[in-house]
Amino acid sequence: MSEIRELYQELILDHNRNPRNFKKLPDANHSSEGFNPLCGDHYHIYMNVDENSVIEEITFDGSGCAISKSSASLMTSFLKGKTVAEAVHFFDLFHDVVMGKIDPESAEDELGKLSVFAGVREFPARVKCASLAWHTMKAALVEENKPVVSTE
Amino acid sequence: MTQTEITNEVFSVTKARLDFPALHQEIHGRPLVYLDNAATTHKPKSVIDAIDRFYSRDNSNVHRGVHYLSQKATGQYERSRQIVQRFIHAADEREIIFTSGATESVNLVAQTFGRKFVHAGDEILISEMEHHSNIVPWQILCEQSGAKLKVIPFNQRGEIDLNGYAELLNPRVKLVGIVHLSNTLGTINPVAEMIRLAHSQNIPVLVDGAQSVAHLPVDVQSLDADFFVFSGHKIFGPTGVGVLYGKSHLLKTLPPYQGGGDMIHSVTFEKTIYADLPHKFEAGTPNIAGVIGLGAALEYLQRWDLREIAAYEDELVNTATKALKQIDGLTIIGEAEHKAGVVSFVMENIHPHDIGTILDMEGVAVRTGHHCTQPIMDHYKIPATTRVSFAMYNHLAEIDVLISALKKAIEVFR
Repeated sequence: MSEIRELYQELILDHNRNPRNFKKLPDANHSSEGFNPLCGDHYHIYMNVDENSVIEEITFDGSGCAISKSSASLMTSFLKGKTVAEAVHFFDLFHDVVMGKIDPESAEDELGKLSVFAGVREFPARVKCASLAWHTMKAALVEENKPVVSTE
Repeated sequence: MTQTEITNEVFSVTKARLDFPALHQEIHGRPLVYLDNAATTHKPKSVIDAIDRFYSRDNSNVHRGVHYLSQKATGQYERSRQIVQRFIHAADEREIIFTSGATESVNLVAQTFGRKFVHAGDEILISEMEHHSNIVPWQILCEQSGAKLKVIPFNQRGEIDLNGYAELLNPRVKLVGIVHLSNTLGTINPVAEMIRLAHSQNIPVLVDGAQSVAHLPVDVQSLDADFFVFSGHKIFGPTGVGVLYGKSHLLKTLPPYQGGGDMIHSVTFEKTIYADLPHKFEAGTPNIAGVIGLGAALEYLQRWDLREIAAYEDELVNTATKALKQIDGLTIIGEAEHKAGVVSFVMENIHPHDIGTILDMEGVAVRTGHHCTQPIMDHYKIPATTRVSFAMYNHLAEIDVLISALKKAIEVFR
């Protein structure tokens, strides 16, 4: 049971039950759709990026497992007010942590609450759940023409 | 030709379990409870030994050498064909074609039957509960030929709408493809009745038996199926081997699927004469060890009384269904009157993927997702289910482990 609690921490369960920024953004100037065909996780990320490349507003909607939904909720909370360059940097950092490429403690200062997903690295089948929202966000920023992102 | 059923041992799950080495291991410190048999079954020692024996001793190519080992390999390979013939009660061993699996078997029919008989404006009729492997090959054929794919609906319980089916049958329909036992809903479809209806309009029927062969006694002649496909690995055999059964008069009219060695009678640059059945459809060196392993798997299964196994599996499905229904917020997906092997469900506020991870930590292996049946998910407007699927080696006590693991998931998500 303790390994399970390690993965499903209270913060993750809370954001799964009450996802933040969970709405469409009708006037978004960046958006993308992310899909995990194996388990059916499916999200849209919406963003408003201003002329100084600052993410003024970021929201999401869709459905999926607790890991993917809480990850989208925490990511949107975290990235609001950050620049596009910072968002790309945090994508890389988050990715390295959940993939187990770097020690999560070394990234804890930068990632803050997002470090709660470090437990995912012990569950290889779930890494794509945690990273789906991030891939979708990145696609919305840098690969505007790519219609659907897939983590498979 | 009359067939005698080999039924020499009273079925005992305790005894059967001893024959499957992979069942006896711990996962995350808990005894494995393997409930993902619709994905693939474990293999009895006799199958593992048959494959080991082939590669360690008898390894040779089939149908060509005059030397001892080649003859021995050919003998074993062809003996498996007879075992399959007897197992599904085919009239003739030449009606048994070895493929890489049920998927290839469907593709073989789609491409050969399609090339010969399906043209622009024709229709292929399949059901809404087909596995993707009995959807996509027909979509490819429809794209190639200009034919249309039509879909037989099912009701909320997960049962084929037979009236809707009858209305869809018409002279434009060139073939009906129907799953015998749904891998997601567990529904046993009334294939004999569906075949009778199709035949009344001279339409041939392909039955996808990937799930049914391990759970229901199959008699292709009494079903009057024109084509019947299944995979070895879902019936205790190895992966990478499967079967296409086809009525010989139909198979004889079809063009070959792939060209190559072993499927020819003679080759010159001017003209190639194809081999007779079944070799016409078995181009290239086949999966010899796989075919021998499949033969060993069917022989293993026939040690038991298949009707006793079916009755025991009914008890597993009924017991699991009853226990699952006691859980608050759990809904069974697929409540057909006739079911076997499979129980799918969804739970309020817990996504199947999260259930799968928590069950895994308790040693319980289930499948979560759309099970390669996205149209079924669309029908019920759900993204995924958790699927529990049984084999004859599952113990009733394993259902208790499943239920207590599900209660842990509820506790985590409370």
